Amino acid sequence: MIIKALDRKLLRDLAGMWGQALAIALVIASGVSTFVMSLSTMDSLRFTQQSFYRDYRFADVFASLKRAPQSLARRIAEIPGVESVETRVIATVTVDIRDFPEPVSGQLVSLPDDGRASMNRLYLRQGRLIASGHDDEVIISEAFAQAHRLQPGDSLRVTINGRRKSLTIVGAALSPEYVYQIQPGALFPDYQRYGIFWMGRTPLGAAYDMDGAFNNVVLTLRARSSLPAVIERLDRLLEPYGGLGAYGRDEQLSHKYLSSELKQLENMATLLPVIFLSVAAFLLNVVVSRLLTLQREQIAALKAFGYGNRAVGWHYLKLVMAIALVGVALGVAGGSWMGHGLASLYQDFFKFPYLHYRLAPWVIAAAALISLAAAALGAWQAVRRAARLPPAQAMRPEPPAHYRQTGIERLGLQGLFSQPTRMILRQLERQPFKALLTSLGIAFSCAILIVGSFQKDAIDYMVRVQFGLSQRDDMTVTFVEPTSSRALYDLLSLPGVEYGEGFRSVPVRLRLGHRSYRTGIQGLQADSDLHRLLDTRLRTLSLPPEGIVLTDYLGKKLNAQPGDVITVEVLEGDRPIRKVPVAALVSQFVGLAAYMDNTALNRLLRESNTLSGAYLTVDKRYQPMLYTMLKDTPRIAGTVIKQSAIDSFYETMGDNILVFAFINTLLAGTIAFGVVYNSARISLSERGRELASLRVLGFTRGEVSYILLGELGLLTLLGIPPGFAIGRGLCALLIRAMQSELYRVPLVTEPSTYSFAAVVVLSATVVSGGLIWRKLAGLDLVGVLKTRE
Amino acid sequence: MSGNATVFHTHGLTKVYDMGEVQVQALRGIDLDLYAAELVVLLGASGSGKSTLLNILGGLDTATAGEVFYRDHDLTQATERALTDYRRYHVGFVFQFYNLIPSLTARENVAIVTEIAKNPMRPEDALKRVGLGDRLDHFPAQLSGGQQQRVAIARAIAKNPAVLLCDEPTGALDSSTGIVVLEALERINRELGTTTVVITHNAAIADMADRVIHLSDGRITGIDRNGAKKSPRDLHW
Repeated sequence: MIIKALDRKLLRDLAGMWGQALAIALVIASGVSTFVMSLSTMDSLRFTQQSFYRDYRFADVFASLKRAPQSLARRIAEIPGVESVETRVIATVTVDIRDFPEPVSGQLVSLPDDGRASMNRLYLRQGRLIASGHDDEVIISEAFAQAHRLQPGDSLRVTINGRRKSLTIVGAALSPEYVYQIQPGALFPDYQRYGIFWMGRTPLGAAYDMDGAFNNVVLTLRARSSLPAVIERLDRLLEPYGGLGAYGRDEQLSHKYLSSELKQLENMATLLPVIFLSVAAFLLNVVVSRLLTLQREQIAALKAFGYGNRAVGWHYLKLVMAIALVGVALGVAGGSWMGHGLASLYQDFFKFPYLHYRLAPWVIAAAALISLAAAALGAWQAVRRAARLPPAQAMRPEPPAHYRQTGIERLGLQGLFSQPTRMILRQLERQPFKALLTSLGIAFSCAILIVGSFQKDAIDYMVRVQFGLSQRDDMTVTFVEPTSSRALYDLLSLPGVEYGEGFRSVPVRLRLGHRSYRTGIQGLQADSDLHRLLDTRLRTLSLPPEGIVLTDYLGKKLNAQPGDVITVEVLEGDRPIRKVPVAALVSQFVGLAAYMDNTALNRLLRESNTLSGAYLTVDKRYQPMLYTMLKDTPRIAGTVIKQSAIDSFYETMGDNILVFAFINTLLAGTIAFGVVYNSARISLSERGRELASLRVLGFTRGEVSYILLGELGLLTLLGIPPGFAIGRGLCALLIRAMQSELYRVPLVTEPSTYSFAAVVVLSATVVSGGLIWRKLAGLDLVGVLKTRE
Repeated sequence: MSGNATVFHTHGLTKVYDMGEVQVQALRGIDLDLYAAELVVLLGASGSGKSTLLNILGGLDTATAGEVFYRDHDLTQATERALTDYRRYHVGFVFQFYNLIPSLTARENVAIVTEIAKNPMRPEDALKRVGLGDRLDHFPAQLSGGQQQRVAIARAIAKNPAVLLCDEPTGALDSSTGIVVLEALERINRELGTTTVVITHNAAIADMADRVIHLSDGRITGIDRNGAKKSPRDLHW
């Protein structure tokens, strides 16, 4: 019976402070929904990746070679641990698409003639598999089909091995081997200019001079077999046939990039919501603790009736828990809704054929636990303070607060301030800790606004540096195979080509001690103007005539310092192994390349002046004509047009970044509002009597508001600069977590990001001020005169 | 005294508090005139309606029916803003619990009113008038109850108000301190000619008034005129 009355009080208290309770619940909901959204998205993407790999039998080992007879397949199958073997022909092709002037390249991958692969199976989205006996049928990757609006029945003209061939599209598909479709050497996927195509083994073999032979093999392994042992045996078997080194999934291009992106996403998706939720928890703690301090007399009264500290504590704990639970429920609902949307966005970005969205119970449990614990802690602190006092003392109003003149006034500057301003200053000075907490809360909400939106600044900067200062060419042309440097002069003589520099690019494995990394060495012209190496301050580094220059992140991976001698295993031609000293480390935001002087690299490879391709600057007016001529040059395997690459990057990344930034901003804004509004409401409760007295004395509502809202405004203004600093610190933390082999986002925060955060926080203050202004109209002027608190 | 100008005029003043299902009749038709420079004591028991009357006269509350004029201002028709201005420029309040601002010193508690008034005296002068010229820079927490109430009186008179409304000004004080406070009120009334209304349930205080108005159950039950008012020093309770 008694308990029931208390619970009724609980419900009425809640109903009476619903505005505040809702604001608190929204703060929790924001933290929880970021948490739930991010973690469920990650979990779902991983789960989808695993099931796609499993159901479509993603291979375990991959190897390319020059050419080997089909009969070798049996010997490969005999390697212990190998479960199944599939030999394939893979050809680099250029593609001609009607109404698309720019050069397009891709990979043609063979399928068994009946179209049914035993591994790396295709997920057919449209059309059908290849029928045996039709040697002009091709299946294209779904992303490429979408980028060019190609349908089954359309035709495609490809150049294989210098020979033109017209193919008919029969289907569009996705493959676990090409989830992430990126052109080797490119920085980002570009679905318009690079595609994956599948053809029957017999027709492709015929077109590529691979009848009865293969140049690529993939394996699946039995459970508990040793990957390094299989790779070693396979390499030995393939070596006489120009093997380029077998590798496992960890070095497979699509998987490597996918894992790297997922890892990066995961770091961000863990850190960011933890920051959000911690901030929300901190604010919750502060707000709850202040809220319950107002209940001091009620707590005393309950104790006077004979309720024990525990009963009283439990009562208030339930009050806080009820609010927190509403927040958690809202957060989980909102978070799973947004998570579903975000995961679909990433499914599309990563080109998964389907999405298994799941919201793991542990995610909900963790979010609820963190929120409830923070709320409970805040409640406990406040109740303990109140319960410690003997009831009689607690029921008496707190004695008149002691104030003193503020430091500024003691300096003799009091003439500068009106009485209301002095009230504000002295209030702050009397309770500096409370002021500090409020300011800190505001600072944190400002900080998460910066974290939520800085990524665009950073990525813009990264692109500007990479493509504006470092890669200064208009297009990169790659030859089918390494060619004499005379080929550069042929390119320079093409119409519209203003300037060009040749480069040599060679696939290698770099080793130092027990660490190794598979990458490429770019041989650049000495004092290259089109491909500059930069140091951290964006100053141009000239390439040393001897030795190798590593990207700093690669140096870290290999634990290499300038002066160390690393082993270079060339994965091309005669596959020589050489020792090269590290000449310098260079900072670079994108990729993990190594650089050498062109001549030094030629010398290392024991070849005369040889090029893999060229960087060109081009007169825009001649571009269309140039494209046509490049397409008609059989020696050219691919062309990357810089501006197109940047555009396509923004097209694919832009959506994701914007959605993410929008959600973060919304949630951070909610948190900011929740903090400011609650601070103002609590101040109003604490100082209602004082303000009502002033109203009686003839102060207008505006003048009274100034005392309350002036304090709030001052705390907001004081909170913003530290908010900027905290925000930048959190960005730095996030950036460290986001470092990956693909790119390292620089710590760049533009003034616009800061001003945006400040504007949102100030708006939250203004809106809260407006709501408080309305509350001030309801001050009880008569009641305040009769009671002594 | 009735030769003086009329400051307040009420006619048929009624106040009904609507408490949900119950209606409480606080004032049942008050007809009253108050004159410039007089000191009036409104005497009544708790619940007699004296506070309600004071609140309506002070522009803190509005009547349900009837009319109330301050000079030629019709307070029954006034907007919230007009009532605020009325309190700001014409009325001085003294409350039972002083209602000082704890974060301001005595001088500043007075200044907070003089800063928004039209023709105020200096805060220091106002405090000297209530005998607190040596406590200018003390905060409320450093003052006794009687001193705090005298700061409140200084605050009320510093704007040179036309009327001084005091709600149980000695209610929270012991008698000797209360008498010091009443002396201050009496001196202000005498020296500045401020119309002063004191409400109290303490009949002893009535002896210092020019007129005593008895209130009971929302009605005026009698008005006495003191032939010879006593000095507060001669009061006892």
